[in-house]
Amino acid sequence: MALEGEYLGMPVHIDEVDREYFEFFGYCGQQQLRAQRCVSCHLKRVPPTTACPFCSHPESTWERLSGCGTVYSYGEIHHAIQPVFRAHTPYLLLLVELDEQRNEPEEFDGLRVQGNLATADAELAPPDLVGRVGIGTRVTVLFKTIGTGLAVPLWMVDEEVEQPDNPWRYPIE
Amino acid sequence: MTQELDASSSKYLRGRYAIVGVGETEYTRGSGCTTRALGTRAVRAAIKDAGLTTDNVDGMLSYSHNDSTPSPTVAGDLGMRLNFHMDVYGGGSSIEALVGIAMGVIEAGMCKTVVIYRAMNGFSQVRIGGTGRGGRSALSGSSLLTRGVGLSSAGQMFCHSFMRHMYDYGTTPEQVAHVKVIHSEHAANNPKAYYRKLTTVDDVLSSRMIVKPLHLLDCCVETDNGTAIVVTRVDRARDCRHTPAVIQSVVGRCIKPRGDMHYQSGPISTVAGHYAKDILWPNAGVGPEDIQVTGSYDAFTFTTLLQLEDYGFCKKGEGGDYVSSGVMRLGGERPNNTSGGHLCEGYTHGINMVIENVRQLRHDVDDGCPVGPDGRRQHTFDYAEGGCRQVKNVELTANLGWGTPGIGSAMVMARGA
Repeated sequence: MALEGEYLGMPVHIDEVDREYFEFFGYCGQQQLRAQRCVSCHLKRVPPTTACPFCSHPESTWERLSGCGTVYSYGEIHHAIQPVFRAHTPYLLLLVELDEQRNEPEEFDGLRVQGNLATADAELAPPDLVGRVGIGTRVTVLFKTIGTGLAVPLWMVDEEVEQPDNPWRYPIE
Repeated sequence: MTQELDASSSKYLRGRYAIVGVGETEYTRGSGCTTRALGTRAVRAAIKDAGLTTDNVDGMLSYSHNDSTPSPTVAGDLGMRLNFHMDVYGGGSSIEALVGIAMGVIEAGMCKTVVIYRAMNGFSQVRIGGTGRGGRSALSGSSLLTRGVGLSSAGQMFCHSFMRHMYDYGTTPEQVAHVKVIHSEHAANNPKAYYRKLTTVDDVLSSRMIVKPLHLLDCCVETDNGTAIVVTRVDRARDCRHTPAVIQSVVGRCIKPRGDMHYQSGPISTVAGHYAKDILWPNAGVGPEDIQVTGSYDAFTFTTLLQLEDYGFCKKGEGGDYVSSGVMRLGGERPNNTSGGHLCEGYTHGINMVIENVRQLRHDVDDGCPVGPDGRRQHTFDYAEGGCRQVKNVELTANLGWGTPGIGSAMVMARGA
C-alpha cells in the first residue's frame, strides 16, 4: 500500500514501509497536523522520526496539534533550483515554530517545521503577500489535497489573531 | 586556554602526524577531462610535492557526493598497490575528518602514508543542489518536506540559520559582504584563483538575489578541480621535501544535537563549531587567540562568520564586527582564507583551504613574489593587489570545515621543524 499523488507536477509516492511518514501524511490527508508523542518521556516531535530524539524510546502515539505557530526564520527564494518552482518565485521557505512545546525540553528548543507560505486557497503566495511576512508573523496550517487520502501542509497568515506591527524582514527589499 | 578536557581524540597524537605534500589541478570551469584524470593528476602532484614516489604511499582516501572516481581506479592508473583505501560520502567537513582517519589507520598499523583527494567537475558535470537524477524521481515522505517545498540547494538549506543570525544579533548585509570583499583581495594575489577581480560591498549587495539573505556574490564559485594532500607520521616527514605542517588537533564531523534536523534544537544561529571547539582547542593545547591564520569554510559569506564566532575568535553575536573589522584581511591580525577560498579561488569542499594553510606554514605560499636562487619565493609582504599573500612568521593555523549548520570539522596545524 502507498499514498500516491502529484504536487506541482512532481509525482509523490509514500510507501507504507516508510511508516512514520506514511502516517504523518495520511493525517494531513484528513486535514490534521499531528506530531509523534513519545510513550515514555511524552515529548512531541515533528517531522516524524523512528525513535524519540529525547529518550530514544521507539514507541509513540500521534497527537493532534493546533496548527498555529510563529515564523521563526525564513528564506526568500528568488533563484529557484527546481524547474517546477521557477514559475512561483519569489517564494517563501518558512521555518515555523509551533505553539506547542516552545522552549522544551531546553530553552530555545521547539517544534519547528519547514514549509511554504500560501494563500487561503492553498496556492503558493504571490509577491505582495511574500513581502508582508517576516520573523514574528503568526501563521496557521492549511492543507492542499494532492491525491487520495494525501495532502501537503502549507502555511498562511493567521487573520484571526493579532499580528506584530512590523514582522522582522531582511533589511534590503 | 590550557584546560585539558577529556575529548574524543588522544592528546598523545598531538604533533605526531603531518601534512607533507599538497597538489592541485587548475581551478577552472570546464576541466575538459574526467574526475578520474583530475584525481590522478592531483594525487601525483601531491606525492611529488612531498618529495616521495608513488611507491612510498600505500594508503588512499577520497570523499565525494557520488560525483567522483574511487581510489582503486586512481591508484590503479598510477600503478600504486595500496594497503588501505576508503572512499567516503560527503562534501564540506570531510577533509579534516579524513586527516583524523588517516592518522588513525597509520597508528593502527594498516599503512604508512596516506594520500587524500577530492576530484570534482563541480561546474561542468555535477553542480551542488542540482536537479539531476535525484531531482526527477518521485517525492518520498521525507522529500515531500524538502524538495516538495522547494528546498534542494545548500543555500536553501542554510538560509534559516543565516537569517536568524541577523535577527538575533543585528548582523547587517554590509558586514557580511566584507567576507567576499576580503577574500577577493586575497584572490587578487593568487595567480591560481578562478576569480581574481577585486569586489566591493556594493558589488555584493547589488548582485542578484539568490535566496534572501544570499546574493549571488555571497555564494561561492563552483569549479572543476582535483586536489590532494599527503599525511604521514612526523618521523617520516623529516625525509620529505618541505617543512611539514604538523597536526596538533582534529575534529571530524562533529554535530549539533539533532544533527539532521538541526533547526529544531537550540538557537539556530549557533552552529556545530560551538561543540567542536571543546575538542579542538584542548587537544591542540592552544586557543583561538594563538592562531595566526584561519581557513573558515566559505561556501557562503555567512558560513565563515558563523564558524569564526562559534570557535571563539570573537564573542557570540559579534561575528559581523569581526568579519568587517579588517582582522581577517592580509596584513590584519588574523587573515582568513588567504587563497581567496571557495568564494574566489575555487570550490573543493574544503581541501584547498587546508592546502593554503600548509603552504602558509611552509612560509612558501605560491603568490606572485619573485623566486630566489634557492627555488623559494622571496616574499615582500606587500599585500597590494597582485602582490604577496604570505603571512609573516606563521606558526599556527586553524581550519574550520562546514558541512551544514549542524555538522562541522576542524583542524589545528603548526609549523614543523
